[in-house]
Amino acid sequence: MADIAELEKLVVQVRRDILRMVHKVNSGHPGGSLGCTEFFVTLYNEIMELKDGFDMDGIGEDIFFLSNGHISPVFYSVLSRRGYFPVEELNTFRLIDSRLQGHPTTHEGLPGVRVASGSLGQGMSVAIGAAQAKKLNNDNHLVFSLHGDGELQEGQNWEAIMYAAGHKVDNLIATIDRNGQQIDGPTEEVMPLGDVSEKFRVFGWDVLEIEDGNDLQQVIDGLNEAKRRTGKGKPVCIVMTTMMGNGVDFMMHTHAWHGKAPNDEQLETALAQNPETLGDY
Amino acid sequence: MTKYTDQGKQDTRSGYGAGMTELGRTNPNVVALCADLVGSLKIQTFIDENPDRFFQVGIAEANMMGIAAGMTIGGKIPFASTFANFATGRVYDQIRQSIAYSDKNVKICASHAGVTLGEDGATHQILEDIGLMKMLPGMTVINPCDFNQTKAATLASAKHHGPVYLRFGRPKVANFTPVDQKFEIGKAVLLSEGADVSIIATGHLVWQSLIAAENLKNQGISCEVINIHTIKPLDEKAILDSAKKTGCVVTAEEHNFLGGLGESVARTLAGHHPTPQEFVATKDTFGESGTPDQLMDKYGLNAKAIEAAVHRVIKRK
Repeated sequence: MADIAELEKLVVQVRRDILRMVHKVNSGHPGGSLGCTEFFVTLYNEIMELKDGFDMDGIGEDIFFLSNGHISPVFYSVLSRRGYFPVEELNTFRLIDSRLQGHPTTHEGLPGVRVASGSLGQGMSVAIGAAQAKKLNNDNHLVFSLHGDGELQEGQNWEAIMYAAGHKVDNLIATIDRNGQQIDGPTEEVMPLGDVSEKFRVFGWDVLEIEDGNDLQQVIDGLNEAKRRTGKGKPVCIVMTTMMGNGVDFMMHTHAWHGKAPNDEQLETALAQNPETLGDY
Repeated sequence: MTKYTDQGKQDTRSGYGAGMTELGRTNPNVVALCADLVGSLKIQTFIDENPDRFFQVGIAEANMMGIAAGMTIGGKIPFASTFANFATGRVYDQIRQSIAYSDKNVKICASHAGVTLGEDGATHQILEDIGLMKMLPGMTVINPCDFNQTKAATLASAKHHGPVYLRFGRPKVANFTPVDQKFEIGKAVLLSEGADVSIIATGHLVWQSLIAAENLKNQGISCEVINIHTIKPLDEKAILDSAKKTGCVVTAEEHNFLGGLGESVARTLAGHHPTPQEFVATKDTFGESGTPDQLMDKYGLNAKAIEAAVHRVIKRK
């Protein structure tokens, strides 16, 4: 059973990491990162079966792909706090000569990252390929992926969604971060996505929903349910509703913090709402 | 020097198919992907013999490139194949981010390159693909000249770790290089020694260069013919050694003169040994419908065009 209190501490600490990382370099994407903090914390500490250390092939363990690479702050924070690399390295985010590039890459050899992402819409195809490689290798572990909802406007996703159902890639769990926001505004104003769950369903996926992706128990239950649904002939999709900027009152209910860092004063306010739990990097 | 003769006309894409058949039998990590062009890519034997290692993607090339990248994670060696136009320009960013920047061991196998695709016309005749692919850091670019060499290049690509762009074509052309030849990526092949001019060619234009050299020999001009099957990494030493000896260069390729082999050769010469050079290539134009021979003639991509370029460049020495 999950120790919710311990995971909650980690969630708050990861929020602090995200805020401090983007503040230091006055750039990066805090909004979506904060919205997906509970998801990442749960996935890496409660759901995925992981080996010690990191190797690119990931045979014999679950693997994860971040398609919407701009939420790299939450990815980096959770990877480092899971032990993939020293938490002190979060200090180098977006700085010259860092392994923590603005968007995740394999180029600098950062443990935990298996493909570059940032140019949107490519991660689902990559996750499908990795899932099929697992089948070829008789490796019964799972592939997880995360995608922004706005990212679904990229057509390649729909090629991938069609393929995954057609090829019965049932060892894949793709989660859509349905925060309803993108850079230019609400998704339903910029380019309406409509009923995302139904779209996946009619393409042949098994779909479940997490109504509040910022509620740890709901995220744990949803991901566990998704795991139970694998291996049954259909790829599994989780449509997870989240609040962009979650945990920082002035960053919520707006798309304003999609790609903007807080100033000194705003950082202080935001950190006060998220007191240190496990020690800052 | 070996005297090269046509052993019988075959298409280079069938060389790819033959290479895939052999890889299917010898390398269990090789997987094949195709975007609804199995017949054109000549991989049916691979599919028949290895149905579990073939992935039909449908008409969705962007997805194919991403899936190929993903399959390398777990140790597979994906050969993703379609027409050159759809294997490069259509999916440039997918190749750039998911394959090249991510250093994935994907082989992008592109048939029907250039105007010799023929009657389908310019929508399908890409003349920019070598440029697009050679500009990607870490990408190896290979353009073999005949059936035997395409088969050998396919086998060599499987042994090379890293992204490869393997370019070949549709029409049946002379098959003149040795069967079961050793293929060394990045190593030029000297086909004919000469003293007056270096003809540096790739792909279908290599055989045309040998014909041109034979004709020019009868006119008293001694041509050195070099087959550059690997455009990147380029065998700069072979090019410089020849240019220093002959003092002038003709490059020949079924590609735009912007971004192709000719530019890579020119950059090498400019940096180390400035030498007069003439370009046999398309001149910043799209193709059109026609038979391969008609198009090669109209766009100046045959032995006749090479001979004319040799006469021009010798005057500039």
